[in-house]
Amino acid sequence: MKDKKSARVVVVTSGKGGVGKTTSTAALGAALAHLGEKVVVIDFDVGLRNLDLMMGAERRVVFDLINVIHGVAKLPQALIRDKRLENLNLLPASQTRDKDALTEEGVAKVVAELRSKFDWIICDSPAGIERGATLAMRYADTAIIVTNPEVSSVRDSDRIIGLLDSKTEKAERGEFVDKHLLVTRYQPWRAARGEMLTIDDVLEILSVPLLGIIPESEEVLRASNVGSPVTLNNPVSPPARAYFEAARRLKGETIPMHVPSESRGIFNKLFGRKAA
Amino acid sequence: MNLLNWFSRGSAPIARERLQILLAHERNERHQPDLLGILREEILSLISRHISFDPDKVQIKMDRGKSVSTLAVDIEIPNSFAAAGDASRHRRPRSKRLRNDAARSMDQRVA
Repeated sequence: MKDKKSARVVVVTSGKGGVGKTTSTAALGAALAHLGEKVVVIDFDVGLRNLDLMMGAERRVVFDLINVIHGVAKLPQALIRDKRLENLNLLPASQTRDKDALTEEGVAKVVAELRSKFDWIICDSPAGIERGATLAMRYADTAIIVTNPEVSSVRDSDRIIGLLDSKTEKAERGEFVDKHLLVTRYQPWRAARGEMLTIDDVLEILSVPLLGIIPESEEVLRASNVGSPVTLNNPVSPPARAYFEAARRLKGETIPMHVPSESRGIFNKLFGRKAA
Repeated sequence: MNLLNWFSRGSAPIARERLQILLAHERNERHQPDLLGILREEILSLISRHISFDPDKVQIKMDRGKSVSTLAVDIEIPNSFAAAGDASRHRRPRSKRLRNDAARSMDQRVA
């Protein structure tokens, strides 16, 4: 099992902040690890790291990505193994304010080293289109574009798609990064009433194939409160199921996409109107 | 817009339409290099080779029409303009001398 692997490098990106990149990175990483894959999740949000918090590993951070890049620590020293899943690992971001701490060569070296040891390298991109975001996507084979069904998020996703097609190593070689759309915080009842963009609207506008639809759910907040990816914290909850399905699609399985709907939730229709 | 809202029940169709129009425009722009920026740079560097002028007093405007577009370059040139080549030949040594003077007076103060 050891070595001779060649990981798939996945970037989780969005342009806009607060749409669920870090939540999705943690949930998908844990789901893939649960499915038996060897996974490392990397936090690229230098200065504002949060993936450690989502994974419940914030008190175990000793060295970080920047330390490895600068040769202060060796890669195995910086990797944090998850306490629940032994094949899930985290490479945290540093809290330095120095934006130039991330270098292209440094990231290339770290990614190359990780490629031989893991099946999946999932890069959690910072928001925006600056250095951190372009470096997170730089060596990606696959991109997961996290989008909320809302105008500013869709617009920023479109911008990010443009960057994926021009600023990545693959794009510069004349190849394409394999792009997938992950719609998060979807509220089917709002979409049904014409108050929120529907999945079809978003797909038509962005024309990127759909990886999954994550319904808005209090389970996501609960999982982040306790520092556990939602796919581990409550694997049968609607968002966790949706993340598991997305993870299996990433692996190449064909799983029919079901758009969360309110058809069975007559109770919800009458009371509360809480999503899934 | 309120009326449209009222008829279609939700505001999502408006969001969809706004996005479609906006993104069509932005995608189009993305594929073009910053033409105005390039023109500005090249025109200014060409003119400054022959005439010295204040770069703040330059206006470059492009009006995009349906069939024809216009590019207007408006540069304010002082009446007593000198050839840029001469100006740089005169100016540079002078500024160096000024800097040297300043350095010398600093030295004296220290001494």
